Amino acid sequence: MSMPFYVSPEQLMKDRADFARKGIARGRSVVVLGYDGGIAFVADNPSRALHKVSEIYDRIAFAAVGKYNEFENLRVAGVRYADLRGYSYDRSDVTARGLANAYAQTLGAVFTQESKPYEVEIVVAEVGQSAEQDQIYRLTYDGSVADEQGFIAMGGAGEHISAGLHERWAPGMNLGDALGLAHDLLCQDPAGGPSRTLTAAQLEVAVLDRGRPRRTFRRIEGPLLEALLSSEDPTRDVPAADEPTPGHHDTLTGEAALAEKDDSDPS
Amino acid sequence: MKLDSGGAGRLPATFMTTGSSSFTEFIGAHAPELLPSRRPLPAGGTVEAPHGTTIVSLTYDGGVVMAGDRRATMGNLIANRDLDKVFAADEYSAVGIAGTAGLAIEMVKLFQVELEHYEKIEGTLLSVEGKANRLATMIRSNLAMAMQGLAVVPMFAGFDFAPMGGRIFSYDVTGGCYEEHDYHSVGSGSLFARGAMKKLWRPGMDSPAAIRVAVEALYDAADDDSATGGPDLGRRIWPTLALVDLEGLRFLDDEALAVVVEQIVADRRGNPGGVR
Repeated sequence: MSMPFYVSPEQLMKDRADFARKGIARGRSVVVLGYDGGIAFVADNPSRALHKVSEIYDRIAFAAVGKYNEFENLRVAGVRYADLRGYSYDRSDVTARGLANAYAQTLGAVFTQESKPYEVEIVVAEVGQSAEQDQIYRLTYDGSVADEQGFIAMGGAGEHISAGLHERWAPGMNLGDALGLAHDLLCQDPAGGPSRTLTAAQLEVAVLDRGRPRRTFRRIEGPLLEALLSSEDPTRDVPAADEPTPGHHDTLTGEAALAEKDDSDPS
Repeated sequence: MKLDSGGAGRLPATFMTTGSSSFTEFIGAHAPELLPSRRPLPAGGTVEAPHGTTIVSLTYDGGVVMAGDRRATMGNLIANRDLDKVFAADEYSAVGIAGTAGLAIEMVKLFQVELEHYEKIEGTLLSVEGKANRLATMIRSNLAMAMQGLAVVPMFAGFDFAPMGGRIFSYDVTGGCYEEHDYHSVGSGSLFARGAMKKLWRPGMDSPAAIRVAVEALYDAADDDSATGGPDLGRRIWPTLALVDLEGLRFLDDEALAVVVEQIVADRRGNPGGVR
């Protein structure tokens, strides 16, 4: 048996980091940003079934870029972690900080012990009672955690979008403006070429709405999302009430309101 | 709650296992002592524990109503006067419990997490049958406890989208799950409540009529069963009443219940059997 070549730990870690970083950079971007009524998540993701943004618990959501099977695995683990905590203690004892720690340990262990690191970057966000109490944690493939203030962009053109957010994001923006900003930055070409056009259907958008009781996570789709993205439309925030449509009330589309308007308008 | 199993702080392998959307299965693998059915049973006779009493449920045009009295008894004593025994299982279903209160409440709590857990992992709601069957599995695993006198007998009511309408499921201690039509009741006063509903329930009733029938059935149960709590006008304790319809589940508030209960009490003055 031949002796393997000696590889210094520095080189080994660097190779793994490069490998993970390349995998993550290939994907499309996700933007997480605070607004006056909560935290918004905007992903460049045309799929309605394979989500990059999901609910973890009452006030906690998860966003990820990278390899789907790996972050989906982490998402399910996060839901289990949160539900187990909420079941054994109380719903109010489930925190984003605890979950971010568990994720960090897991990613760190995978990075050093497994044959290949996870090619993912994730965000765990918790909406507080006020904007100052909002928490956004960013976790990278090697288990590092960063407590971010206000906004994050990751994956694909993440750095370019972050630079744009630094310049244009301000605390206390309304939801319409925040989504418009994220949409505008996602459309830009980091190489300086002409902007793409992303329609509402190509975006996956969700919010943690501070004002809702209990489960605060809502997806935004359809006419409501178009209205929020459009600068002419007066809609600047999600409605306070869920739609009376049958089925799961985790999505706000604005379709019920449109139908009502049609019914009451005889013209 | 244990989180460590080798590897400093890393989430244990049970968290990362794929293929299951069930919270019960997950904690069965990860922390079985949290499941009521996995605890070792002490040897010996029965223990005395608070028991919940009567729950009624009936369908109406466009939904289903579930109501329960507020009493828990332990032997001949009243253990609790204002216990809630009707719970929201999720947005579209309610569960009411009779039997050993402590175990039943724990089971409801587990059932609520089970449904929410499935919703979050799968991104859709479970079907009404799916929910009823999950509850049956939980009751079935409690059989050993039931044989020691710690039985839990729930009733489940949910709204079904196809065909639109409320559905009621009853259970026995072995985990048998039976769909009931029109109305049903469980618990010590259930015979009297069912008798009342048999005479008062009409097809195509609206929700105010259904609320009145539910409260009246509980009144009749309390009239003949000492373990069922009657209307407590002095303490202003009213039954717990949940309505499940197309828009989801809501509990009737105390002001609305007070009107219904006071009306029934007034109608029964001088007419204790409610003859009409």
